[in-house]
Amino acid sequence: MKESEHFPDPHHDVSANTVFGFWVYLMTDCILFATLFAAYAVLKDGTFGGPSAKEILILRDALWMTLVLAASAFTCGIASLQIAQNNVKKLAFWYGATFLLGFIFIGMVGDDFDRLIELGNGWQANAFLTSYFTLMGTHALHIAFGLLFMIVFVAQAIRWGFTPMVVRRLHCLKIFWFFSYLIWIFMFTIVYLIGAT
Amino acid sequence: MEQGTFRAYSAGFIGSLLLTLAAYFTVVGSHGPKLGIDLAVAAFAVVQAALVLYFYLDLGKESKPHWNITVFLFMVLVTVLIVAGSIWIMYHLNYNLMPKHS
Repeated sequence: MKESEHFPDPHHDVSANTVFGFWVYLMTDCILFATLFAAYAVLKDGTFGGPSAKEILILRDALWMTLVLAASAFTCGIASLQIAQNNVKKLAFWYGATFLLGFIFIGMVGDDFDRLIELGNGWQANAFLTSYFTLMGTHALHIAFGLLFMIVFVAQAIRWGFTPMVVRRLHCLKIFWFFSYLIWIFMFTIVYLIGAT
Repeated sequence: MEQGTFRAYSAGFIGSLLLTLAAYFTVVGSHGPKLGIDLAVAAFAVVQAALVLYFYLDLGKESKPHWNITVFLFMVLVTVLIVAGSIWIMYHLNYNLMPKHS
């Protein structure tokens, strides 16, 4: 008890420790993305005689992807507010909306990949496309795992109600989803608005 | 400020939409120098990231000893070292190894 008087620590209970640990994981995830951003910045002009980023990336598609993901972050926030209201039905409804928007986002990434590969601009074509597919694919994988977590944790909330364990998992899911949008802001800016103009 | 309120999420969402559209139309609608547009767009991204961190992720609202923001700032330091360092090294490698065009 003496120790805690010297260092007032807000992470005193297990649940807060878990959430803090998850935050540290997200920060290391940022460093993973930093390496992929660095690779994209270095390799962007390495097109090996193929088309440049400006010629094959579509800004308007990326704008729609950004708006869809921004909306999903908002609906995720609204969903998380239902925990305090003890309203599982509304939580399921708003996470359903978030899931739908996230699913649309993944579909748009998939369409983008299809379009590039069909034109012979797959990830194996040159260094620029390798870095592009790796960065986009890694982010899309995060979104896909977010969708998986949504199904599992919302099902647990419906089955067991808002137990401390379920609340903790929903909290981690929320910050994971917000974090995925945070990364996307920089992808939209660096890959598209700066890289493809 | 209270964490996780409807007001906070609305502010984050509206700010995100406005800054995204502002960045997009800065790129699409203007004919200025590329460097100026790039810097403006990067500034929009940093402001939007700050909004998301504050309104969505509640960064900067915790009480002492601020562990979340400590880890966050360390991540920013590592990120800057990795990205700026890579670009710096690779640019000079290119420059020094490039055959002279004469």
